[in-house]
Amino acid sequence: MIDALIAPFVDFAFMRRALLGCIAISVGAVPVGVFLMLRRMSLTGDAMAHAILPGAAVGFLVSGLSLGAMTIGGLVAGMAVALLSGFVTRVTALKEDASMAAFYLISLAAGVMIVSTQGSNVDLLHVLFGTVLALNNDALILLCSITTITWFTLAVLFRPLILECADPHFLRSVSTLSAVTHFAFLALVVLNLVAGFQALGTLMSVGLMILPAAAARFWATGIGGMVGVAIVAAIVSSATGLLLSYHYSLPSGPAIILVAGAIYAASVVFGRHGSLMARYLPRPHLAS
Amino acid sequence: MPAITFKDLTLGYDRHPAVHHLDAVISSGSLTAVVGPNGAGKSTLLKGMVGALAPLEGSITHARDRIAYLPQQAEIDRTFPLPVRDLVAMGLWAEFGAFGRLRPAHADRIAAALSAVGLTGFERRSIAALSGGQMQRVLFARLLLQEADVILLDEPFTAIDAKTAADLMQIVHRWHRDGRTVVAVLHDLDAVRAHFPETLVIARELVAHGPTEQVLTAENLFRARQMCEAFDENAAVCLPETRGAA
Repeated sequence: MIDALIAPFVDFAFMRRALLGCIAISVGAVPVGVFLMLRRMSLTGDAMAHAILPGAAVGFLVSGLSLGAMTIGGLVAGMAVALLSGFVTRVTALKEDASMAAFYLISLAAGVMIVSTQGSNVDLLHVLFGTVLALNNDALILLCSITTITWFTLAVLFRPLILECADPHFLRSVSTLSAVTHFAFLALVVLNLVAGFQALGTLMSVGLMILPAAAARFWATGIGGMVGVAIVAAIVSSATGLLLSYHYSLPSGPAIILVAGAIYAASVVFGRHGSLMARYLPRPHLAS
Repeated sequence: MPAITFKDLTLGYDRHPAVHHLDAVISSGSLTAVVGPNGAGKSTLLKGMVGALAPLEGSITHARDRIAYLPQQAEIDRTFPLPVRDLVAMGLWAEFGAFGRLRPAHADRIAAALSAVGLTGFERRSIAALSGGQMQRVLFARLLLQEADVILLDEPFTAIDAKTAADLMQIVHRWHRDGRTVVAVLHDLDAVRAHFPETLVIARELVAHGPTEQVLTAENLFRARQMCEAFDENAAVCLPETRGAA
């Protein structure tokens, strides 16, 4: 039993790299996911993941399976969508969800157009689903760097970010950091999705960002607690998913996300706060 | 000394005026109620005063004062997991900013503000678990900490029980005694007569402004109701020579 859990990581360097990569993604993407969830922007993560596609595709077509080119391409496309939709939201009457949807759909269509006219289906599959078992040193350094940048940025912008989520009008009345905070946060979303697509692909990477955060909502009431629970859930999902994919020859990205999904489903049913069990098997009410 | 001066001020949305050619001066240290029917432009006027809405015409000038603003049913995400103490502490933003550290002296003042609004013991409670009246007390505690020279309140006592309204009114009086300028949008005319020395009656345009007992007359209130009609979708451009004819 222990052997089945440990041996794959002991015996194979690619499994250790995959685990390290997934842990880095978990630690970086999860706090971003918690804030996305608390701001009711969970679907924004999905939209941004789609928006990255054309950039990654162009990078792939220009220099093949090159980490640098695909990363830069994804960053450019993601930032362009974040900035344009943020600009339209703040300056015009259109709300954030609509402007974000508009730009990511344009970006996604451009991406599919580029991949289908210039590349093969294999390329498309790579960009969509990633290759967690083929992470090289450069990719690992990139993932760990992005995680470090994320935590540093969150630490610096923590207070304005909390206010931007809970009471944006007040933040605007006392500080000029509102716009900076908003765009820095969107930049973190893009950065972490770009990190995620190296390993999990553009579509799967958002799963490790949102599912653990959504699960954590059922276990913790404070932000710190939620981030803690979500990181543990993400790391457990990563390790379990990799082991399942190793032992049963499953694709690793979807395996990781499905484990995260199982944790989410269990949380919906058994969680301490606001779960199905809390609703339908209530404990006796308190005296005061 | 004027705290805020409105000069030929027009504020509005989509070119339709909600406040139309308003000339008025709010003097420093005054306690002013803004009264008018629904749609009279009261909230719009406050938004203009904090700079959240740019004038379509004319200007708002204020002395270099710190302004604190309590919007109508404050647009706060009450589901956000934020403890009461943290939200109140944000009132000290001007002192510790986005990155500064919360010092023991700050903590004492936060505790004092919570005690002033009768919420001692609520520090660690999440804002999601508060009633409407408790939330309004929290927001007043935050306003207390802001130590602003000008305080703008948009319907602060709407949907609040009598006890809470009376407690919060005491805080408004405290600000007035401290020499701060307070402007509050109110619908309860008895409360206006009882507590506010100055009243500004608007109905898109200025109806009357001055001492409450002279301004809050049946005639002025009737005029205010008459003036506040729905805007005309096809209204012509407002030109100086046609003004008053419409």
